[in-house]
Amino acid sequence: MSEWWTYTLSDLLMFSKPTYFRLFALLNEAVWPAHLVALLAGLALVAAIVRGAGKAGRLAAALLAICWIWVAWTYHAQRYAGINLAAPYFAMGFALQTVLLCWLGTHRRAPAIASWRGPLGGLAFALVLAGLVVYPLFAVFDKRGWQQAKVFGIAPDPTVIATLGMLLLWRAPWFLWIVPLLWCAVSGATLMELRSPQAWALPAAGLLALAAMLVARLRMRPLPRQHQHTSSTG
Amino acid sequence: MSLPSIERRRILTASLQAMLAAGSCAFAPPLLAQQQPLVTRPIPSSGEQLPIVGLGSWITFNVGNDAQARAACTEVVKAFFAGGGRLIDSSPMYGSAQSVIGDALARLQHPQALFSADKVWTGSDGAAQIEASRKLWRIPRFDLLQVHNLLAVDAHLPLLLRMKATKRLRYAGITTSEGRRHGEIVKLMESQPLDFVQISYNVLDREVENRILPLARERRIAVIVNRPFRQGELTQSLAGKPLPAWAAEIGCTTWAQVLLKFIVSHPDVTCAIPATSNPRHALDNMLAARGPMPDQNLRRRIVADVKKLT
Repeated sequence: MSEWWTYTLSDLLMFSKPTYFRLFALLNEAVWPAHLVALLAGLALVAAIVRGAGKAGRLAAALLAICWIWVAWTYHAQRYAGINLAAPYFAMGFALQTVLLCWLGTHRRAPAIASWRGPLGGLAFALVLAGLVVYPLFAVFDKRGWQQAKVFGIAPDPTVIATLGMLLLWRAPWFLWIVPLLWCAVSGATLMELRSPQAWALPAAGLLALAAMLVARLRMRPLPRQHQHTSSTG
Repeated sequence: MSLPSIERRRILTASLQAMLAAGSCAFAPPLLAQQQPLVTRPIPSSGEQLPIVGLGSWITFNVGNDAQARAACTEVVKAFFAGGGRLIDSSPMYGSAQSVIGDALARLQHPQALFSADKVWTGSDGAAQIEASRKLWRIPRFDLLQVHNLLAVDAHLPLLLRMKATKRLRYAGITTSEGRRHGEIVKLMESQPLDFVQISYNVLDREVENRILPLARERRIAVIVNRPFRQGELTQSLAGKPLPAWAAEIGCTTWAQVLLKFIVSHPDVTCAIPATSNPRHALDNMLAARGPMPDQNLRRRIVADVKKLT
């Protein structure tokens, strides 16, 4: 009688909105000043996108891999698991994405970063900036205060949004998209159940990135490896 | 774990007085309501009396390692016992709720009035899960164990009945929520020696009145009611709306009390288990276990008025 399908999302959502957001306040308090390191990582990511050439692709992959494994451990495994029975599986998913990003960054052909100029490149860059700058501001918009901000490199949602932008700029293989897109669905659904005003943001970012990636694949040939800034992504 | 009623009353009165004197609860219940005797109902299989309002822990007690939130939950448990409560219900499915309850009970020096109700919720080793739950509660044994949402009921119910037979458990039961799988619940109620069944029931979700509640009376099964406020949806939609004049007839000063009195005034309901993270609400809920209860006419009126207002 293991009728798992009889459980709806609301049956499985086992924590309240205040408990969920308090988790980020406690996380931020516990890991400070790791935020400064995360900020530097974010700035390095932007620099890598703007520069685009040389080893920028490898650097970006390495930075994101570190962020993903950090989030897997400090957020999912150490904190979210305290209120969500599924969190250990989320931690495993984030660890898997770390492995994939390491693979991308250490591949014999370095991942090329497409130009951020033009519609698709601009959208990708905007996603990265949204993860770094805009998403943390939602805590202020929601009047929850800075203490509960979800910060890139510390919390999963902004890290995933920035990663989606990078995947688009890399024209990354399909298997690198799976975990980030799944997280967009999981976290978006969680926030919807919690009736958070920001619930739309992550699924919207996921759908936008997915659509842009499909357009890029349809309209353009894949960028050659080690050939940066060859053409506009628009 | 039952206590003589005089002793229990003495403990509860002392707890309430101590709590109010210490100012640990900003909410002082109306004295008149508090002076009304606590209404209890017998567990049909044993005759043991239970207060008609208990305490649920779904969502509200799942606060992880947040020390501040855990302290608030302890205040809820303290208010609950001070108000005369006994039955606390939880489940391994409720995240950290069991360990939060265990913390609260330890901080309150294990109130003697406790009637511990938990669940088994796993597809595999039920005995191991029950033992893990018991350790989290920090109690020697459970009073009641239930098969959560009928998950692996074919394996777990015989286990619970064996535990009961060997005095490692006092009562066995099954649960469901939000109206799911009532057909299977009925079959098990008809065929198994259950002490308890836990179902969802409230002013707007009344399907159980047709079959399950009459069957519980016929089979002498105690009934625990979960989701009395539809997970807060009912109290939120009624918030700010004035109480009708009839509320005073049954001694209600809040909508939560009205909603609870509607449930526990059903003669086949043993206990409702509202969940809260607010000590004031816990005391407020316990007041629904005191004073006059609505009769059939008023019950119908409550349904009509709540439907109009929500």
